[in-house]
Amino acid sequence: MSTVTSVSPLRAVWIIAQRELLVRLRQRSFIITTVLLVVGVVAGVLVANATTGRTTTYTLGATDAATAAVVEQSAAASGIEAHVTTVAPGDVDRLLRDDDYDAVVEPAPHGLTVHVLTTLDPTLQPLLHGIAQQQVLTTQVDALGGDPAQVSAALAQAGATVEALDPPTERDATQIIAGVVVGIVIYVALMIASQLVAQGVVEEKTSRVVELLLSTVRPGQLMAGKVVGIGLVGLAQVVVTVGAAAIAASRTGLLDTSGIRVGPTLGWALAWFLVGYTTYAIVLAGLASLVSRQEEVGSVITPALMFMILPYVFGVSVLPADPTNQLATTLSLIPGFSPFLMPIREGMGTTAAWEPWLALGLSLAVLPVLVWLAGTVYGNAVLRTGARIKLKDALRRA
Amino acid sequence: MAALELDTLTKSYGALRALDGVSFTVGAGEIFGFVGSNGAGKTTTMRIVLGVLAADGGTVRWDGRPITLDDRRQVGYMPEERGLYPKMHVGDQLEYLARLHGLTPQAARASARRWAETLGVEQRLGDEVQKLSLGNQQRVQLAAALVHDPELLVLDEPFSGLDPVAVDVMSGVLNDRATAGVPVIFSSHQLDLVERLCHRVGIIKTGRMVATGTIGELRATDRPRWEVVGPTDPSWLAAVPGARVLSQAGDRTVVEAAGDGQDVLRAALATGPVHEFTPSRPSLTDLYRHVVSDVVSEEVAR
Repeated sequence: MSTVTSVSPLRAVWIIAQRELLVRLRQRSFIITTVLLVVGVVAGVLVANATTGRTTTYTLGATDAATAAVVEQSAAASGIEAHVTTVAPGDVDRLLRDDDYDAVVEPAPHGLTVHVLTTLDPTLQPLLHGIAQQQVLTTQVDALGGDPAQVSAALAQAGATVEALDPPTERDATQIIAGVVVGIVIYVALMIASQLVAQGVVEEKTSRVVELLLSTVRPGQLMAGKVVGIGLVGLAQVVVTVGAAAIAASRTGLLDTSGIRVGPTLGWALAWFLVGYTTYAIVLAGLASLVSRQEEVGSVITPALMFMILPYVFGVSVLPADPTNQLATTLSLIPGFSPFLMPIREGMGTTAAWEPWLALGLSLAVLPVLVWLAGTVYGNAVLRTGARIKLKDALRRA
Repeated sequence: MAALELDTLTKSYGALRALDGVSFTVGAGEIFGFVGSNGAGKTTTMRIVLGVLAADGGTVRWDGRPITLDDRRQVGYMPEERGLYPKMHVGDQLEYLARLHGLTPQAARASARRWAETLGVEQRLGDEVQKLSLGNQQRVQLAAALVHDPELLVLDEPFSGLDPVAVDVMSGVLNDRATAGVPVIFSSHQLDLVERLCHRVGIIKTGRMVATGTIGELRATDRPRWEVVGPTDPSWLAAVPGARVLSQAGDRTVVEAAGDGQDVLRAALATGPVHEFTPSRPSLTDLYRHVVSDVVSEEVAR
């Protein structure tokens, strides 16, 4: 038969993986969760932008042009965005009440009189106070026969220089949010993808199609194909989600103003997704092969799910308030926990350079053991339909 | 084309001895009917041939050497428990299975379509399997066994649940394949169908092959049998030495006797008119009952 070619193990795995891709990408539930994830992270980026990147423009008035000019210069010098106009003294009341002026400044013998509606904005307080002192100083220096400009220049250079023994790490709210967003995306994607593997394994047992498949391919190939195929689907989900977040962040200008290390954060997020997925997909595939009905999947994989849920919940609840939490730091090095905690820490920028590499090495080191265990259980259990098989039995029949 | 040989297969499930030295051969182009009561070991034997179950002892040989995974890829298999992905389209499913068995994507597509047409499910290629009637799912299942042009067919109860038209289609396909040189082995409880279709038959009972051979061989009896319609007197045969009544119902008597039977006919004519006198051979159903039911087999042993 000329059309028949021999099927190498890798080819068999790839054909099986292709089927998973084809089927999953068509699934409505997959499309919906992906859209929800994208909407979620884009919203997260917008919130981050709103809370940290905000710049308020103040509307200020001055009763004479000279004062207006001084206020404008001082505001610009202190990085405060202010729109300063010269107004008539009689209009003060109306401007404050009706036109939303933040303050109207009027020269006074002792410095400045500041008209406000209720209270003076705390940001404007030191600015206007400084202007008043400056003006008084200028008048006094002038009266004493000195050069006000020279005094100003000298004053500008004066100041207290801070020498800290342990300077705090540069960290802003966007980094915290980046860490949490990365953590959530990885957690959701891992949960979805690895549980799809478990459901897929049981689907093949329930429908008995596994017997037909295993007359052609070995159990290991079937399991590998399923893990690879669904892994690619999950990876696509992560790439789309993280990509949407990156685009949203660069469009809003969040990336320019924050300390997020975009490259390493995204690179490690992908790496940890792959490591975490491989770890949990094979474990769940092995566990799921013990049961024959979809209703039993939940109970048989719950112990493994706890290993996923606990580090995630701990990470997103403790790390935002305490990014250098010692317990989280320790747990993030432990295989199984690393995929959930390390990317959060990486996003927050609290990892030492060696930490992710050590965690990655440890995670990869335990993978062969997990593959062997899960493969043994799967190979022994996947053709035995009916009652739930004890894990002990599935391991012993090797 | 090669032959399939099963050589003293044994298999136990705990204390239960499911297979106890099962041996038989299915030659190229031969249709082998595998019969036996439920739990006799038919499915276990077939699963061992396909490698989805490991035998405790014995060998399955293909073309004279132990069967390998590559050989098994050339087998068309229809498991007892039907199994297809319920939510996958019929066409995608057939193509997928064809590709797993080594067909190129183009060849897989063409073959899926061809077999769907042959089995009358080409209208349903774009539907999910779970939306098909059970009969049509069965046709798709057979297409799944045939889609890669297998060199050996192993079908567990392929006729169960089929309507008469589908039975004819299925029979035609099995004959075609056998004519092309493919050894075909199938199990069935429809013994008339087995008798009509199979070149050879194997009867299995509690894990042991109790009879194997062509239909002719199995039906052949040590002494000729005659079916006589006419005499109603129970003792009409007393005058014929060595003759024995096997069964009598109304005016129909089955007689076992040596020789050409003419003395039996004369004895019958002596009692009155004879409407029928024919040589009788047991049907496969009779043989099966004979071999499988405990009472009769004890009688045979005695």
